[in-house]
Amino acid sequence: MQFFQFTEEQEMLRKAVREFVEAEIAPNAAKWDEEDHFPAELLPALGELGVCGIFVPEEYGGAGMGYIERAICLEEIARHSAGLAIAVMTHHLGMSAILDAGSEEQKQKYLPDCCAGKKLAGLATTEPGGGSDYTGQKAAAKLEDGFWIINGRKCFITNHQADVNVVTAVNGQDEKGRNMITTFIIEKGTPGFNTGRHENKLGLRGSITGDTIMDDVKVPEANVLGKVGAGVKIGMAAIGEVGRAGMSAICVGILRGCVEEAVKFANERILYGKPIAKLQAIQFEVANIRTDYEAAKYLTYAAFAKKDAKIPATTDFAMAKYFSSEAAVRSAKRCMDLMGGYGVINEYPVGRFLRDGLASIPSGGTSHIQQLIIAGSTLADFKA
Amino acid sequence: MALNIVVCIKPVPDPAYYDKVSIDPVTKRITREGIPTIINPVDKNAIEAALQLKSAYGGKVTVITMAPPNATENLREALAMGADEGILLSDRAFGGADTLATSYTLAKGIEKLGSFDIVFCGAESADGATAQVSSQLGEWLGVPHLWNVFALEAPEEKQLRVKTKIENGAMEWEIKAPCLLAVAREVNKPRFISAMGIIKAKNKPISTWSKADLIVEDSRLGLEGSPTKAGGVFTPDLKRKGEMLKGDPEQIVEEILQRLRAGGISIDLDGSCEWGGGK
Repeated sequence: MQFFQFTEEQEMLRKAVREFVEAEIAPNAAKWDEEDHFPAELLPALGELGVCGIFVPEEYGGAGMGYIERAICLEEIARHSAGLAIAVMTHHLGMSAILDAGSEEQKQKYLPDCCAGKKLAGLATTEPGGGSDYTGQKAAAKLEDGFWIINGRKCFITNHQADVNVVTAVNGQDEKGRNMITTFIIEKGTPGFNTGRHENKLGLRGSITGDTIMDDVKVPEANVLGKVGAGVKIGMAAIGEVGRAGMSAICVGILRGCVEEAVKFANERILYGKPIAKLQAIQFEVANIRTDYEAAKYLTYAAFAKKDAKIPATTDFAMAKYFSSEAAVRSAKRCMDLMGGYGVINEYPVGRFLRDGLASIPSGGTSHIQQLIIAGSTLADFKA
Repeated sequence: MALNIVVCIKPVPDPAYYDKVSIDPVTKRITREGIPTIINPVDKNAIEAALQLKSAYGGKVTVITMAPPNATENLREALAMGADEGILLSDRAFGGADTLATSYTLAKGIEKLGSFDIVFCGAESADGATAQVSSQLGEWLGVPHLWNVFALEAPEEKQLRVKTKIENGAMEWEIKAPCLLAVAREVNKPRFISAMGIIKAKNKPISTWSKADLIVEDSRLGLEGSPTKAGGVFTPDLKRKGEMLKGDPEQIVEEILQRLRAGGISIDLDGSCEWGGGK
């Protein structure tokens, strides 16, 4: 066991991203939340900073760093705007599917522009019938005259307005009657490929979430990502180790916001002639928030370190995401309790932290789904 | 066609830790132990100015600092912004330097680098804020120098058009390289460091030079070479005290006026502001 420490390079990255976030994101975070505005204009700047393609190799226009660095970027953005962070996270999600399963031509075609922030990526798998019933999806793809014709509706799709969309659809059944799913890359503007309703979310506002409608969308065979029928593996890998992982890092950012806001308020608010930080009841809240933040941070970064080491980390990310998102909710609530009436005033960001924490729970799989994953591997791994 | 540019930077205490900064009552120097440093903010504008000239005319940007060994972190950050090489002047003998000894040591470091076209500095530091080092350095180097540069153009490679701030306006200058320019924050907006810059910085050289590496007169270094001696340092007592005065309004006003006069506050201006309004 070694002392857990970020490298000098990672610390420098954190500082660099923090400087950008404090200058360009923090001052606008409340406004974006209120107006549910996605600041698309910031994407090229995030590309220049290296955030968009942080884990993508340099030959595809990325920074060539790893997944820990990805978590650092997401945590720093989410410290002030979890809404923007989930949009960036989802951008990564679409890109990671192309990076992991794409052909050389697909990587060369799509990744450089996505890394530069010139194009936004997304991943659409969830349907009205449910996100967790992955193989039960209804979107259908048929091969006709060398083209795939895709029909169906996806819902709760973050970045549904994306330029580069990784989309799953059922292309038939196997010999046991189970759905076979294929992943496609569909570009914005393809005839029949449209955005549907834009959801009015409780939290994580500032990222666009809504329906994706496919009405006889015709794409060439070259747009199949990976092999025909490999969609379950591709989609689940992206969601499990990139999407869920990213949500965990975002929740660590929300938790750090809770710690910093709680300490700031406790030191500044004077009651009975002294800062409320001197009161034990307040100190208990501060201690609980800090402990939640540290625990979430260690679970999350330990899972990311495993991913960088190419060790399967699906259960680790499930635990990290389950813990971090629930901890973000309870810590934001504790922070509100500590602030009294001020906690519910929207001039303070804590109400937003609570809404963002709540909205993080279903993103990338609800807590119940995470518990099923954790229990499944625990029951198998700890058998006497 | 290429410019050889040197940028002087200073690591200063991170403002996030200002509450932990103290002043040693004996040496009258800032106690910096355990306090993280950042690049003096306006020195980043100096780096940016250098990088912009480099991108226009090509060449090399060398960043130099006189500081304790951990300042390699600050140099690495400058390299991540895009500078090419870092030089750390570090020796116990340099410690305790005032602006004169600091500028002398920096000058000797720059001399060791060889020739240069432009030296950039920040106009002043966020901690000491004397704003003296750049002008002294220009004198040591024997080149024209301008302070508080808020606008900068380079119509030709070694011909600069510069505006400097003065109390009630600005002055415009044309200055030829070699020269030294101390920039103000308005001169540009320093670029953000990118992940790609951080990776590139890893392989850029940082050299540490001690006293033995420089041709210097010992008596001009550090505390010994510093004619400035801090006389005293204190924190002003800003505590306020309230007192209730009793009596009728006229008596209270009279009492207040007496106390203000006793406190040395001038309230008797040519009678234009008399109690009771209008004469």
